[in-house]
Amino acid sequence: MIPSELPRRAGVGFKPEHFSDIIAGSQPVGFFEVHAENYMGAGGPPHARLGKLREDYALSVHGVGLSIGSMQSLDKEHLARLKIVCDRYQPDSFSEHLAWSTHDSVYLNDLLPLPYTEETLDRVVEHVDQVQAALKRQMLLENPATYLLFEESTIEETDFLAEVVLRTGCGLLLDVNNVFVAATNHHMDPRAYLARFPLEFVREIHLSGHSETVDEAGAPLLIDSHDTPVKDPVWALYQELIDRTGPVASLVEWDNDVPQWSVLRAEAEAAEAILRRAARRSAA
Amino acid sequence: MSTETQTRFAAALQDGTLPIPAGLNSWNAGRPERRFGVYRNNVAVGLIGALASRFPATERIVGEEFFAAMAREFIRHHPPRSPLLLSYGDDFGNFAKAFEPARALAYLPDIIRLEIARGHAYHAADAQPMAGDVLAAVDPSRLAGLTFVMHPSASVVRSPHPVVTIWAMNAGEMEIAPIAGLAGEDALIVRPQMNVEVHRLPPGGAVFLEALQTGSTLAAAVESASADSADFNLSANIAGALGAGAFAAVHQPPAGD
Repeated sequence: MIPSELPRRAGVGFKPEHFSDIIAGSQPVGFFEVHAENYMGAGGPPHARLGKLREDYALSVHGVGLSIGSMQSLDKEHLARLKIVCDRYQPDSFSEHLAWSTHDSVYLNDLLPLPYTEETLDRVVEHVDQVQAALKRQMLLENPATYLLFEESTIEETDFLAEVVLRTGCGLLLDVNNVFVAATNHHMDPRAYLARFPLEFVREIHLSGHSETVDEAGAPLLIDSHDTPVKDPVWALYQELIDRTGPVASLVEWDNDVPQWSVLRAEAEAAEAILRRAARRSAA
Repeated sequence: MSTETQTRFAAALQDGTLPIPAGLNSWNAGRPERRFGVYRNNVAVGLIGALASRFPATERIVGEEFFAAMAREFIRHHPPRSPLLLSYGDDFGNFAKAFEPARALAYLPDIIRLEIARGHAYHAADAQPMAGDVLAAVDPSRLAGLTFVMHPSASVVRSPHPVVTIWAMNAGEMEIAPIAGLAGEDALIVRPQMNVEVHRLPPGGAVFLEALQTGSTLAAAVESASADSADFNLSANIAGALGAGAFAAVHQPPAGD
């Protein structure tokens, strides 16, 4: 099984509109990440761009459509398509979400939450095993941003993730914005969540922006919208996290209302500065 | 237990008139209507966005609000059956044809078909188009029996409406102008290198290329095209298609024929 191992630097979620700016020079970026589903066509500009990027940068392939948290079987055709993408680009890491998005034959196009029970745990473990066997790669599993809870849940999300790691050998993708969003939405302390998180298995971190609204009772309801800069409380959590873990590959994602390349690059540079300080400290 | 949870969750996501599923919770104990609404909104906005990015000229023609309403209706009846959203909406044209509020825009389904063809061309396998001088090397006595392999990105859209002109006006390639009085237009959509191109075909050109696409010999394709239009001009059509990069290869009939 090929391990998922990205450079311990800042990376950027690749957007086609930034391509010409990116290739115009050498960018201070350790890796790029792409959504696997955007590269499942036969040919054309998406592959031409990614092929060019791959020549110069490490690559993370991030799936959004596999529905690992689904109670029904994984879509074998989709798994085969993922394998084609991984075989073609030989990414340094492959990751997916602790969420579901397909039910019956309908693709619901969102990362939907699942209850955490022994039953769903067995199912997720089975699916992660299946993915790793098919791709012959270790995958990273990402913690979700959630907006509501299930009465039937009996396991803490952090324990659920730790158990999947123990039983499958997968790694974890820790999305710090998702931690902040979910903790706020569930009136919990994000630091308490991170204190329970099995950090030794984290191979990548995600950073992104969120938007703010309220529920019926006026309580804050944060949306994982990926349409703003990384917000200050998320930077603060990230800084504290890196102080504990040392440098970890850290991706800045910005998927909606995408800004100019220079704005996104500056976000990556801010993450890189935090990683460099941590590297100097651990070397000292 | 959890299978049921997902079944109820999925049903309520797709049908906004259903109550939110039982068994959902929030820390402040109310029924999490607005929280569930975030997921409902994500699903709808995401899919409308996927269709809007595939059908930009269509959206420009009908306006953002009308497009969103039409897309919402389409999604309700034809939800995606695959996480591969790059091919979601292949039946959007047929849907639009029967969509009552769009009836007045008779050309709209054909614009959608043209945009679908553009999407397929964008993602089609890459191939080097056949060079223009290959035909010049063919022994003239064997021209009639030639068959062609179309470029993987090439397709033809026929329409009784001036679809190429309407599309170009709404894709920022032509000034918007009245279309009254314009004749029907057939389009050749092809991506010889990295740009998808839309060409207006000359009289008989669509029948000619469709015949070649299905494996007809050059002679048979010429016959069909001439039957379709008395104005069919073989050398102009061949030159146009070659110039557009519509062919990947040509096969000569076995010697001795």
